[in-house]
Amino acid sequence: MENPVKIALAGEGGQGVQSVAGIMVEAANDSGKEALYIPNFGVEQRGGVSVAFCQIGDEKIGSPKFKKADLVIALSDRAVRRTRQYADQNTVYLYDASIKGVEDGLPQEAKKVMAIPALEIAKKELHPRVFNVIIMGAAIEATKIVGMEQAKKAVEKRLGYKFVQNPKLRELNFKALEEGAELVRAQEA
Amino acid sequence: MTVVPNMPKAWRIETKPHKFCPGCGHGLVLKALGEAIDELGVQERVVFGCDIGCSLLSWDFFNADTVQTHHGRTTPVMTGIKRARPDRICIAYMGDGGGYAIGAQHLVNAATRNEKITVILANNCNYAMTGGQMAPTTLPEMKTETTPYGRDVEETGYPTQGPEMVAAITGETAYSARGTVANLRQLKNYLKKALQNQIEERGFSFVEALSACPTNWSTNAKDTWHFLEETMPKYFKIGEVKVPVKEAKESNTSQGNHTKQ
Amino acid sequence: MSMPAVELEAKTQRKQAKPIEGVKKVFMTGNESVAWAALAAGAEIMYGYPITPQNEIMHYWTRLAPRYGKQFLQTEDEISAGFTTCGGVLAGKRAFTATAGPGNILMQESMSMAEMLRLPTVVIVQQRGGPSTATVIYSQQETTLTCFGGNGEGLRIVYSSSSHQDLFDYTIKAFNTAWKYRFPTFVLGDGYQAKMRESLHIYDPAAKGIKMEKTVPFVGQEGMPGVDRAPAHLRNTFNTEEELLEVITGYVAEYQKIAPEIIEYEVIETADAEIVLVAHGIVARAAWAAVRALRNKGVRAGFFRPITLRPFPAEQLRKAARTAKKLLVAESAQGQLLKLVQEALYGETVPIATYLMPGQGITAEELSDYVMELRSNKTNREGGSR
Ligand SMILES: Cc1ncc(C[n+]2csc(CCOP(=O)(O)OP(=O)(O)O)c2C)c(N)n1
Ligand code: SF4
Ligand SMILES: [Mg+2]
Repeated sequence: MENPVKIALAGEGGQGVQSVAGIMVEAANDSGKEALYIPNFGVEQRGGVSVAFCQIGDEKIGSPKFKKADLVIALSDRAVRRTRQYADQNTVYLYDASIKGVEDGLPQEAKKVMAIPALEIAKKELHPRVFNVIIMGAAIEATKIVGMEQAKKAVEKRLGYKFVQNPKLRELNFKALEEGAELVRAQEA
Repeated sequence: MTVVPNMPKAWRIETKPHKFCPGCGHGLVLKALGEAIDELGVQERVVFGCDIGCSLLSWDFFNADTVQTHHGRTTPVMTGIKRARPDRICIAYMGDGGGYAIGAQHLVNAATRNEKITVILANNCNYAMTGGQMAPTTLPEMKTETTPYGRDVEETGYPTQGPEMVAAITGETAYSARGTVANLRQLKNYLKKALQNQIEERGFSFVEALSACPTNWSTNAKDTWHFLEETMPKYFKIGEVKVPVKEAKESNTSQGNHTKQ
Repeated sequence: MSMPAVELEAKTQRKQAKPIEGVKKVFMTGNESVAWAALAAGAEIMYGYPITPQNEIMHYWTRLAPRYGKQFLQTEDEISAGFTTCGGVLAGKRAFTATAGPGNILMQESMSMAEMLRLPTVVIVQQRGGPSTATVIYSQQETTLTCFGGNGEGLRIVYSSSSHQDLFDYTIKAFNTAWKYRFPTFVLGDGYQAKMRESLHIYDPAAKGIKMEKTVPFVGQEGMPGVDRAPAHLRNTFNTEEELLEVITGYVAEYQKIAPEIIEYEVIETADAEIVLVAHGIVARAAWAAVRALRNKGVRAGFFRPITLRPFPAEQLRKAARTAKKLLVAESAQGQLLKLVQEALYGETVPIATYLMPGQGITAEELSDYVMELRSNKTNREGGSR
């Protein structure tokens, strides 16, 4: 992928888009890369589509926002409509398979468009709360910005205090990361 | 999905559902206000001004001419309109930060001059739009983004008593009250009296409404309600603080005539 | 007031503890880095009023400050925040405030007084969209306001930061510049810088050999006024035109004299440049990335970034412009940097193209595309504008 790798993550408030974006760039920073992350923000505290703009590369990053992303992940129908503008022929475009009725909103010109059943797996196999961690797993697999071990370390760093109380949570989160990566591998194979 | 809830006639349906967070008190204050406007039949004459704060999200809320002003400046903008067009019913809608901090001088002076406008203030104990900092109404010991260790009254004083302050400085023909979104019937009643005072050209009218902000209070429905119904009224007494002296206008004029003779 | 010995000891320890030991690499938001910089610089009190996108400077300060025996006051608005900052400085404290947009407007009254009384106030501005309340997000539309906002001559110092490292470095420097030269000093950031996360090094100024300027009270010195010492009689009102003229002329002369010591800028690859991109703040990052991309394509592009907007590096820009065939001024405003550039280049003949996007971010890609467009459009004699 390009250097820096540009990722736009979009979802509804409460889907945890900003928190995984934060963990992801921290993982990259800790592995010695340059990373820059900026959330979108406006006057409405709730209700808007939440977009996280992340860039990860080997040198200091230029402007904080970008016009076209290498990877777009959209987690709701509104997010699909909102993020279409960030995709071009070099973009890998991921959206959750549960989103229906957005076919006309998908970027036909994108390098690759993939529907991944992250929400379903979160609900059925893991826990709805780790939906965003599955997404992070998918994002690092699709971009290779950091390895799985580094990603786990970053999750540990951010959520470690919760794992102390409940070690099962660690397992659950790590499983989510791996499942996310697997979803992308399955599609790429 | 398409069930249209019982909306006041003065509301603009095209802009509903509104933009406030779920469980927010602003929508309820504006519901009571919409009903009050309906019942008084003055929608056509209303000019609505909203402040900067979450109240700004009401800039397209009513089928009424509306001006979104600056943080704290809605009172003087509405005063300006009222002075130039006394036939309009001018309503300034703001938060506790807008009314009691940055716009306090305007509230104090409009009340002192007994301006014939209606000021409605939503008290949610914090600066909501900016993400939950201390407001003049933040309760003692309450944690906010700028009082992370709790509000220390030694350092920052006690919560502002708005309607009481207004009552103390405004004219005899003014109206001042505190309602709550926990009692919408009563709140609507206060709002009607406030508007009536303006309609009858008696004087200033002010209503503070205790209002909920679950987003910045970080409360679930139960705790939100508890804070609103139990905790807030301990500091902010619900009720009318000042009701205009009836027929004040007439008696004033006759008195005036008297002294002239 | 008596204080138990243990408590007193704890308090002095708190005061002596260094917020940052040595140098540390961190990954944080710009607002957070400003709060750390102010702590590291030994700022003693912050006065402030909430406004997006500056809020987190206060949020971090209110969490961190008590640990180091520092103070915070949330004022009733920015008029008050500006004047209380003046008060803190009058009392001899390294005092500061932070604001944005409509708050910056309200602070102009107090900063005008600071100009006249020569108060070393420090203000961090995180620009947002305007005019009016506009957006809470981002712009470079407070350039003119921050440089020339008062009813005077703009006798201020304005550093325009373009990274978190800058925010940290120049916040520390702002305190020193202010206290050394006694002109109100501003660090001009923006909403993007405020809210984004990136890496930087934070440090104890001493670890980098930076000595903090001494602070001195303007009022409340020891001794009986009129007996032990002259009383402080500070005023901003003058009775005659002549009196005022004399004061201002003195200030202006002093400002002009120190300007060369204060001026900072960045210039890269302008010697052989056919086009020099001129940008400040965060847009300078896009401009610099565009210049590198253009060079890779074989386009001889150069880069000029004023770091101080007041005083402006006029001589240095003239020099860079003299050898260039064209300048391209890019900013997230409708020509506020452009005015400074035009004034600096008055009399030069180099054509100036513009890329003006009030209230919107600018990316490296769009700038390099625009340069390619300008080159292909050879008939455009004016220089091109957008
Ligand atoms: C001059 C100025 N200062 C600060 C702000 C930032 N600001 C916007 S809303 C707000 C506080 C809102 O609090 P409040 O008035 O209590 O309304 P709420 O959002 O709680 O309903 C502030 C400080 C501004 N817009 N203008
Ligand atoms: S932040 Fe609070 S006051 Fe603002 S809309 Fe949400 S709940 Fe209402
Ligand atoms: Mg409020």
